[in-house]
Amino acid sequence: MGFTRREFIKLCMSSAVGASLISLIGPDLEEALAMAADGKPPIIWLQGASCTGCSISLLNSVDPAIEKVLLDVISLRYHPNISAGSGHLVTEIFEEFSEKHKDQFFLVVEGAIPTKEDGAYCTIGEYKGRELTMLHTLNVLGNAAKAVIAAGQCASFGGIPGAAPNPTGAVGVNKVITKKPVINISLCPMHPDHFLGTVVYVLKYGQIPELDRYGRPKMFYPNYIHESCERRTYFDSGKFARFIGDEGCLALLGCKGFVSTADCPTRLWNNKVNWCVKAGAPCLGCSEPTFPDESGPFYGWYPLNNKTGVSYGKFEPQKTEFPEPAKK
Amino acid sequence: MGQQIIVDPVTRIEGHLKIEVDVENGKVVDAKSSGTLFRGIELILRGRDPRDAPHIVQRICGVCPIAHGTASMLCLDDAFKVSPPANGRIVRNLIQGANYLQSHILHFYHLAALDYVKGPDTAPFIPRYEGDYRLPKDVNDKAVEHYIQALTIRKKAQEMLSVFGAKMPHVTVFTAGGVTETVTPEKIALFKQYLREITSFIDNVYIPDAVAVSTVYSDWFTIGAGCKNLLSYGAFKLSDDDDPDGQNRLFRRGRYAKGEFASVDYRKITEDVKHSWFADETSGKYPGEGVTEPDLNKKDAYSWLKAPRYEGEPHEVGPLARMVVNKHKDVLGLGDKAFSVLGRHYARALEASIVAHAMSEWLDQLVPGQPAFTPFDIPEEGAGVGLHEAPRGALGHWIVIKDRRIENYQAVVPTTWNGGPRDDRGKLGPIEQALVGAPVKDPNNPIELVRIVRAFDPCIACAVHILEIKGVAKEPKSFVV
Repeated sequence: MGFTRREFIKLCMSSAVGASLISLIGPDLEEALAMAADGKPPIIWLQGASCTGCSISLLNSVDPAIEKVLLDVISLRYHPNISAGSGHLVTEIFEEFSEKHKDQFFLVVEGAIPTKEDGAYCTIGEYKGRELTMLHTLNVLGNAAKAVIAAGQCASFGGIPGAAPNPTGAVGVNKVITKKPVINISLCPMHPDHFLGTVVYVLKYGQIPELDRYGRPKMFYPNYIHESCERRTYFDSGKFARFIGDEGCLALLGCKGFVSTADCPTRLWNNKVNWCVKAGAPCLGCSEPTFPDESGPFYGWYPLNNKTGVSYGKFEPQKTEFPEPAKK
Repeated sequence: MGQQIIVDPVTRIEGHLKIEVDVENGKVVDAKSSGTLFRGIELILRGRDPRDAPHIVQRICGVCPIAHGTASMLCLDDAFKVSPPANGRIVRNLIQGANYLQSHILHFYHLAALDYVKGPDTAPFIPRYEGDYRLPKDVNDKAVEHYIQALTIRKKAQEMLSVFGAKMPHVTVFTAGGVTETVTPEKIALFKQYLREITSFIDNVYIPDAVAVSTVYSDWFTIGAGCKNLLSYGAFKLSDDDDPDGQNRLFRRGRYAKGEFASVDYRKITEDVKHSWFADETSGKYPGEGVTEPDLNKKDAYSWLKAPRYEGEPHEVGPLARMVVNKHKDVLGLGDKAFSVLGRHYARALEASIVAHAMSEWLDQLVPGQPAFTPFDIPEEGAGVGLHEAPRGALGHWIVIKDRRIENYQAVVPTTWNGGPRDDRGKLGPIEQALVGAPVKDPNNPIELVRIVRAFDPCIACAVHILEIKGVAKEPKSFVV
């Protein structure tokens, strides 16, 4: 059976109804894969200024199970944490792909790209006696790839390494690669559904999905977290949590769900076990390019009248009144 | 004349690591380990709201964000003079425990196993170093099966963690004074369900596999001894009372040095920089008072990592250190063989089981409905220390607060201890020491080297996040890839 693109996008967004993304498009997944030349599209995965969190998040993919992804869905030709080989075996792969497989593979980038000092803050291998910087390797492989997926907040927008004062000049991938399509999968870490849903879309339709103004697939970043938040009814009825662990909307504890676009409230995390606001933790706004400088202080009210210290605005942390926990 | 072998990048570890060794007559005679990424997270932390620290520092490492988050919370607890209620302490322990389980399983099966187990002939299992794979075919096949099964189990460990942690990696429930999540009977039951399955995997699959590898590769009990000094800060507080000496914990604080057990006074820790890209006059300082001044023109320097020393001696940290300091009989029973590549894997497997069973007890101590958070105020000025154990070893965070903002933040992490360079007296770091003397049969397939390095479970993103540098050596602007 086939889906129209519209139906596909609808399915991608439909995790609200409880079915997970990829199981709904199971038959199409097989079809999409059969279309790739050897059945499996080659993927090269690079890590720049990263914490490996997005790779770990990818390993948390539930449906399709990660073992299916690795063995049947994609041909992961290089991944720093997963690949069996080390050293020259790796850098030879870079050479092979930049020369022989132009426009035939996907490049996934995790982590920001340090650009100061010609990128010397991050080297990712040694080739013929010379250190390869992340910046240089991205330039070569990114321009040789069919498309580039920026996996996670740092690769999309610079993220934590790019936070003020940005000691290494870290930027997102699309500041370096401008001639090839770059898809941003934000959130810190990225959600595995967002990544795999995008990969399947690209394979199936041979083009990139509709992106929003920050280069993110619209289907996964449909509206503000606040709009579909499970604590929304508290907000509407004016009940606000006054201290950590209290019932109510988390606005006064610093929740950034008002200004953050993502489908966390309906997709949830880790096999739908939990998500930040459900666990009483204010949204940190990690889906946005403003994370973490403008979305911090994380416990500061929105609108933020107290910018982070680094931007040298007025800084007055709220002195929260903490009533005694109710005795039962 | 010896031959130089460079392995760069070393894959299947966290972060960017380069290993350089000199080989003569099939044996390593000299070794250097260098970290090759710098992000400057300490600089990024300065001036921010101290309450943001546990969230920012988690991004130091996505494999063990919990360890950094916990050390940071302990720092804040100390600086804010607040201590979490019993539920808060236990939930923190459970979250940390869940991360130990996922980290150890990930390390054994997905990071280290492919050095001993031959994967199928398909990406990502090829290309690989060829050579010494000697598991019998049926055992090897089973191990590949377990590689796949372990993917599911470690994923479930993450799901278990998020029952109280909101999401993983990078939990958002961490705060000074406890956690934001509340304790309900449903959450306890769900956690328990996950824990049962994971514990059964550890006891019935992971440990037998570790033993199977040890039996077939038994010569690796004599390779990679390292410095034979061990250090543990202690982790998993078992009671709500103050525990300044770190003794009332699942893993106690302590040392094993020069063949004897000893106590830890963290003020005796210093960091040498003669072989790091920092000015020589900043060498030998206590990390809490450390000055980091880059010097890029030092000809002896080869790493971004400093060389931490306790009373001037290198110390290995990690599961082996914790098991020995806690006098675990199976590990002590190995005698000198414990200081080896397989000794480290074995200690890690045993530790996973110990943590899993302890977690089951902690779950029963939770009281639904009681708070997991103690309110606090941010002091105008203050300072705090957070000593903790990451799955990879001893982790210390230091914070200084001024005008309710972070004035200074420091971290000394496990891989700085293990993977740091030579100290001022030329004494090699633990990983370097473990490499020296190792056999290398085929310089084009130096599988022996990566086996030794991976047994330490290095995490480079952690190790090189805190350095402050203003410039680095230039390199050729273009090369052909």
